[in-house]
Amino acid sequence: MTVEGTAQRKNTRGGSKRTTAKKATPAKKASPAKARPNGRADEAEQDQLVQLLTPEGKRVEHPDYAIDLSPEELRGLYRDMVLTRKFDAEATTLQRQGELGLWASLLGQEAAQIGSARALRDDDYVFPTYREHGVAWCRGVDPTNLLGMFRGVNNGGWDPNSNNFHLYTIVIGSQTLHATGYAMGVQKDGTDSAVIAYFGDGASSQGDVAESFTFSAVYNAPVVFFCQNNQWAISEPTEKQTRVPLYQRARGFGFPGVRVDGNDVLACLAVTKAALERARTGQGPMLIEAFTYRMGAHTTSDDPTRYRGDEERVAWEAKDPILRLRTYLEAEGLVDEAFLAAIDEESEALGKRVRDAVRAMPDPDTMAIFENVYADGHALVDEERAQFAAYQASFVDADVLAEGN
Amino acid sequence: MAVHEKITIAKAINASLRASMDADPKVLVMGEDVGKLGGVFRVTDGLQKDFGEDRVIDTPLAESGIVGTAIGLALRGYRPVVEIQFDGFVFPAYDQIVTQLAKMHARALGKIKVPVVIRIPYAGGIGAVEHHSESPEALFAHVAGLKIVTPSNSSDAYWMLQQAIAGDDPVIYFEPKRRYHDKSRLDTESIPDPLHKARITQSGSDLTLAAYGPMVKVCLDVAKVAAEEGKSVEVVDLRSLSPIDFDTLQSSVQKTGRLVVVHEAPVFFGAGAEIAARITERCFYHLEAPVLRVGGFHAPYPPSRLEDEYLPGLDRVLDAVDRALAY
Repeated sequence: MTVEGTAQRKNTRGGSKRTTAKKATPAKKASPAKARPNGRADEAEQDQLVQLLTPEGKRVEHPDYAIDLSPEELRGLYRDMVLTRKFDAEATTLQRQGELGLWASLLGQEAAQIGSARALRDDDYVFPTYREHGVAWCRGVDPTNLLGMFRGVNNGGWDPNSNNFHLYTIVIGSQTLHATGYAMGVQKDGTDSAVIAYFGDGASSQGDVAESFTFSAVYNAPVVFFCQNNQWAISEPTEKQTRVPLYQRARGFGFPGVRVDGNDVLACLAVTKAALERARTGQGPMLIEAFTYRMGAHTTSDDPTRYRGDEERVAWEAKDPILRLRTYLEAEGLVDEAFLAAIDEESEALGKRVRDAVRAMPDPDTMAIFENVYADGHALVDEERAQFAAYQASFVDADVLAEGN
Repeated sequence: MAVHEKITIAKAINASLRASMDADPKVLVMGEDVGKLGGVFRVTDGLQKDFGEDRVIDTPLAESGIVGTAIGLALRGYRPVVEIQFDGFVFPAYDQIVTQLAKMHARALGKIKVPVVIRIPYAGGIGAVEHHSESPEALFAHVAGLKIVTPSNSSDAYWMLQQAIAGDDPVIYFEPKRRYHDKSRLDTESIPDPLHKARITQSGSDLTLAAYGPMVKVCLDVAKVAAEEGKSVEVVDLRSLSPIDFDTLQSSVQKTGRLVVVHEAPVFFGAGAEIAARITERCFYHLEAPVLRVGGFHAPYPPSRLEDEYLPGLDRVLDAVDRALAY
């Protein structure tokens, strides 16, 4: 996440004419391994897209990935997505009001995050990027905990082991190696927990991601790589990262990859469950490419109007993850006015709680600079802490002296 | 392991790894060629045979991957000791070390610990090809969250590694590769010094030489020659570069009034610069001469036919001693 100066980035694409909702040409079965001059999903690849709920809210079946959820579970997924979107919008607003220094919105990626995270067991472990607010929600991390680093009161701060949800990682792709190492440890412990590493299309270019694929494959580590291809790495479209569809990268490393409709919460849930099951049963890693779209800016410092057009966003709006589930739930008679009203109410309450919590969030004590630099202490940190405390105390003494006069 | 036996530094490190692995089943050894081969310097010789492939892990040839997965293993409760094959190969892992390993404990407000030890054979003097003779310690000492230590003899090699492994902080353990086969007494019974304590290896009254790792031997030789010339040189083996035991060094310099810092690493922005600044602050009224430094030049490590000229040796250190005493 390049925080600074994102708005100053040069637009090297000369205006975006790209649309992701290409109309189908008659299906030709192109070899999936064939490199194309333009790495976009064409029709043949769209055929590979695992989908269980169409953008129009119609339930469809897939030969490899079945799912059977109770009405309660379906309503739960809807609630998760609505509340996550609300939290996200609230955080964006708080940034605009100056309460947060920065926010990285997940708008549009709710299904990818909620679907994958609801596939996890409590004993599984998550290694997120900095945009996994929906995953954090599912893990039971208090949303207000996520805001500390964006407000600038800490650099993470929550206890990763409380919810098996590691700290947000800002250096792109680094966490995929931590996930792999953690999974190697799980394997040594002989438990059937699994690990999931989140990353994005931009991160797929990082050496660490390639190395994590290599290590996990070689050691057959129980890790699932969940790539949210939201089409944009700040201003760079996916074709600046790859000449092949990202899910196909897995093949070269010796494990399966699959592309799932990232705006379809049911498909994301079904595919992730299957991948986790593979990991648990000693079948090794799997790559999931959730094909989705970053509806908002990269972060609140970004200005997408400099590098992409509205038509693309409009096309993706038609595939909105929340809308399609709602359409389905309503058509099936699984939700009523009372349920939807209750969610709205809960949503408003969450927004208020987040606002209140952020505004009440105290600045850390100055001496926190020197805390937890080392677990076992360090002579230099002790010395500098003492010197700085004495320096600060000198101002207090001056005040006291002034009062004395 | 017999007490007081003379053994090489390489064997002392091997014995240390064995002791740590015996003491704690969570201790793992991982790196390139550390298994069957026993490492390119044979430091991990026989460990895989005795502890199994699950605990002595041959890794893919990817340094960032080695350190990154070690971090993950540490988060799971393991204590990985990773080997970077040569000093010049650590840089692919530099990002993981600096942005992840060093900061993770602080980012979690102390709620998680990341006890990873990174062993790096370092420095020159073995006639190697390029990238096999580097002294990058200052690049790591500059980073908060890391601890940096380097032994100069077998006993320290044995104890300091076990102390590093037992601690809860990330430690970079630099091994003076040209001293791997030097023999010295290994004392397995005495209580070792604290990990970050400097040691006065040779007592003297006219001038203090501060060194670490491979340069300690050079400085002890210098002290001998200087003694023949009637100059009393004290040698301080720093042992730890983060933190540095400035108290021990300060006492020494307040006694001798002169300090020369010796390291293989380039002088510019090197450990000697930091030591000179801090000792000048602490000992200003005791100093009879400016703190001098002897070390590498601001040039790439030279081809091996030139390394004897490049590396600080007896004569270059003696020259600095003479210059300091001339004030």
